[in-house]
Amino acid sequence: MSKLITCEEAVKKVKSGSRIMVGGFGLVGSPLSLIATLAQSEVKDLEIISNNLGEPGRGLGVLVRQKQVKKAIGSYFTSNPEVVKAYQDKELEVELLPQGTMSEAIRAGGAGMGGFYTPVSVGTKIAENKEERTLNGKKYVFQEPLKANFALIKAKKADQLGNLIYNKSARNFNPMMATAADVVIAEVDEIVEVGQISPEEIVTPHLFVDYIVVKEGN
Amino acid sequence: MNVKKYIAARAAKELKHGDIVNLGIGIPTLVADNIPSDIKVFLHSENGILGVGPTPEPEHIDQNLVNAGKLPVTVLEGSSFFDSASSFAMIRGGHVSVSILGVLQIDAIGRIANWAVPGKSVLGVGGAMDLLEGSKKVIVTTMHTNNQGESKIVKELTYPITSERIVDLIITDLAVFAVKEDGLHLIELSPGVSLEEVQQKTDAPFQIAESFNKGKEVTA
Repeated sequence: MSKLITCEEAVKKVKSGSRIMVGGFGLVGSPLSLIATLAQSEVKDLEIISNNLGEPGRGLGVLVRQKQVKKAIGSYFTSNPEVVKAYQDKELEVELLPQGTMSEAIRAGGAGMGGFYTPVSVGTKIAENKEERTLNGKKYVFQEPLKANFALIKAKKADQLGNLIYNKSARNFNPMMATAADVVIAEVDEIVEVGQISPEEIVTPHLFVDYIVVKEGN
Repeated sequence: MNVKKYIAARAAKELKHGDIVNLGIGIPTLVADNIPSDIKVFLHSENGILGVGPTPEPEHIDQNLVNAGKLPVTVLEGSSFFDSASSFAMIRGGHVSVSILGVLQIDAIGRIANWAVPGKSVLGVGGAMDLLEGSKKVIVTTMHTNNQGESKIVKELTYPITSERIVDLIITDLAVFAVKEDGLHLIELSPGVSLEEVQQKTDAPFQIAESFNKGKEVTA
């Protein structure tokens, strides 16, 4: 029961309208081979949960340019001017969350939580229309958990079982996203034999990972 | 020394030995190169690093090692990497000693706006709200006026507020203000800057701190 598949086989699982978590802080820690393969497919109306939407014509920015994304949930989209334009042209819906609220909502989704109260964003535009509650004299807003049909994540190394370790600051959102989707596909630089990653080192245990692809090119 | 470096160096003097410090994008980034040599602080980066080191030489750039501004960095001995949820647990949970942030505006009671511009699409917030909520101390570093020459220290914010949290210290190219329960207190003028100039370029009312009246030596 090998989890190893090709990028093409992975992307064939994604349907138009799917909700997909994509790892990365900018392009760092983003599964660029899976994204490039997705960009060659016909799927559209995607709902993307990712901190950013790449850069113009790079990473998730390619999907934006090709109008394959219907909605984006993330924390910082202004680094890609094409996202701003698509939003203004009403081709793209955007839901903005503070970065810590977003990462915690994904963690909560993967951990089976029904949401949480956070003090972050109280009294700001982002908290408009959110339930506010005072606990022990402090104001909080309710945040629902985030889950998805797919998570496309990037790791440095997998063993044959799908245990993962990451590469420096390329870890970012990937470990939480690995827990919060129905189907989790990890793009890795390298696959090693079981036992070659120490149990103390493993960041994402294999039970979270459904498929592994090896990155293509550089 | 250019003014932005001056502001960064002045902010660095506020740091204490052992502080966990988060630096925002812009002037705050320059603080890293101005930390006094007699103290050791640990730089936290929201994308999952504790123990950020100096900018690498071009031949040592690692594409998997960047700061919150997505610029290449190095790490020091004793550093660690962690995921974004852990990173923001550190921030929101009150484990970061000091955040140094840039701003668009500061109001008369010390609240800031630094994430959105009126009339433009609101599409980016990043970690700004989290850092304001959770950092034990918040220092603002900014030019005193914007590109149009308007005061960034205003009676009331006209830009969307980032947090109800009040910042602790405001350091500009002209002056330093402490924020107290009754508003802004001028504690220091930059070299060569007159009180009249600060009064003229500050829209929000401010008091002159006792320590300033005592003729405290300007420290930068």
